Amino acid sequence: MSLPATLVVPTLSLWRREVVRFLRQRSRIIGALGTPVMFWLLIGGGLRHSFKLPGGDPSLNYMEYAFPGMLMLVIMFTAIFSTISVIEDRKEGFLQGVLVSPASRSAIAMGKILGSTTLALLQACVFLLLAPLAGVSLSIWSVLASIGVLTVASISLSALGFLLAWHMESTQGFHAVMNLFLMPMWLLSGSFFPASGASSWLSWTMAVNPLSYAVAALRRTMYLQTPLEDKMLPELWLSLAISLAFAATMVILAGWRVDKQAVPGT
Amino acid sequence: MNKEMVDIQSLTHQYADRVALDDVSFSVEQGTIFGILGPNGGGKTTLFKILTTLLPPTKGCAYIAGSNVATDRADVRSRIGVVFQNPSLDKKLTVLENLHHQGHLFGITGKTLRDRSVKLLSRFGIDDRAREFVEKLSGGLQRRVELAKAMLHKPAVLILDEPSTGLDPAARMDLMNALKELQAEENVTTLLTTHYLDEADRTDRVAILDLGKLKAHDTPTSLKKAVGNEVLTVSSQDPESLQAGLAKRFDLQGEVLGDSIRIECDEGRRFVPELIEAFPGEVEAVTVGRPTLDDVFVHFTGHRIHNESAENMIGRGTRS
Repeated sequence: MSLPATLVVPTLSLWRREVVRFLRQRSRIIGALGTPVMFWLLIGGGLRHSFKLPGGDPSLNYMEYAFPGMLMLVIMFTAIFSTISVIEDRKEGFLQGVLVSPASRSAIAMGKILGSTTLALLQACVFLLLAPLAGVSLSIWSVLASIGVLTVASISLSALGFLLAWHMESTQGFHAVMNLFLMPMWLLSGSFFPASGASSWLSWTMAVNPLSYAVAALRRTMYLQTPLEDKMLPELWLSLAISLAFAATMVILAGWRVDKQAVPGT
Repeated sequence: MNKEMVDIQSLTHQYADRVALDDVSFSVEQGTIFGILGPNGGGKTTLFKILTTLLPPTKGCAYIAGSNVATDRADVRSRIGVVFQNPSLDKKLTVLENLHHQGHLFGITGKTLRDRSVKLLSRFGIDDRAREFVEKLSGGLQRRVELAKAMLHKPAVLILDEPSTGLDPAARMDLMNALKELQAEENVTTLLTTHYLDEADRTDRVAILDLGKLKAHDTPTSLKKAVGNEVLTVSSQDPESLQAGLAKRFDLQGEVLGDSIRIECDEGRRFVPELIEAFPGEVEAVTVGRPTLDDVFVHFTGHRIHNESAENMIGRGTRS
């Protein structure tokens, strides 16, 4: 069969399935969007005035500082949920039908990644509506640029999640990965606290965490009109370049992994 | 005219700790319903995985409609329709949505896909449920949707792994009738694994697979003929001593199965009075019957299909 028949059509179909399934499970919408909103209101509200960005604008309060990071958390949660669905698809039997079809194995990875990214962006756009509450004034250009950055970040995190989940037998195993790897990755991305105030080993970890650059790019694009006075924050071009490279690497690895082994778990 | 749609040649599969398939060879002609009968752990599931390209065989080869399952996987996948033991439907989607996704996986789109889905659903009598969520359907109806899904791309060979697991007897009958209809109307070749004797009895040909070895394969009728004309089942408190007595007195080789002895003989019913007189008190009951597939299975394997000791001999099950 031709490439459109084995890769494009199956990918589009599996992508659509992700979105349809999500919209039918209301608890997932609440989980992925509600949690970051709650974190932001509780933590942001609690630290609102006691937080000061080292060497930064003194008028920046924590609600505003944490806003881009919470957007990134929406992306992270959606990627995590979608990754768990990889394990569920295997457990519930849907995946076995895909594996005996002539569809390219990569379509399984691509369908998941695109599906997850669509869902992440839908929710991120809802979250962006809260920007005025954070005191961030967004222009149409900064909204579009931010959505671009969020897309790249979502593709990388979904692909990373897929890579981690592909060989996993149970969702319990994935919870460990989530708590010990994915959540720290977010915590140490400059979402929660800036690298400038952290101890040196932490700030080094943050410097090699690829997600830090997605968060930095998001900060830069959200303040496109009035550039941030933050010398510690990586420049936009560097953040974008690293984020794009990270996304490309993860997608290639996910496609390669799923293609390499016909049947995981046998 | 009768093409070999499935051709298995000296197929062997070795797991780390045991041999799941041991030099198995047989072929299936076009338009046949072929049953693979065996206990759990007999090698059925391994054979199913190899034929559906999910597992490469350690040795030997298998061809489906002329394509090698290990090397021409893409070809094989487009020619087989597969029904798994565990459901492969997405329960959160409707019946029709499931069929549409399946079509897309095979590169079928648009009007062709819609027409074929509708036709198959009415073929299996579920067109009125098309827009319902799969999870709302009964087990028997879900099975029919699985079958419609497997037939969507007009496969040359339908492969089913224990398709009647979890179905009630009526739904099992219903499934078998659907397979017979497909055979009569579209000359579909069907290969199914089962551990139900009555199900195997309704197929055209049966292969008996036990401990990874192919013990026999033929039509159910011929297999029964091989056993003999009649089968005597004698129950006793002490079957071992009765067995010894039978061997000594009548030169009969009976097999002890639980608390009864099973004897294959041509003139069984004439022998009953003699038997009862010879061992007064030892014989509790005697049954005379035509051989069933149950007898066939015992004849070729030396144990019953649902036998505790056989399961223990196998050790860990194959199912993953």
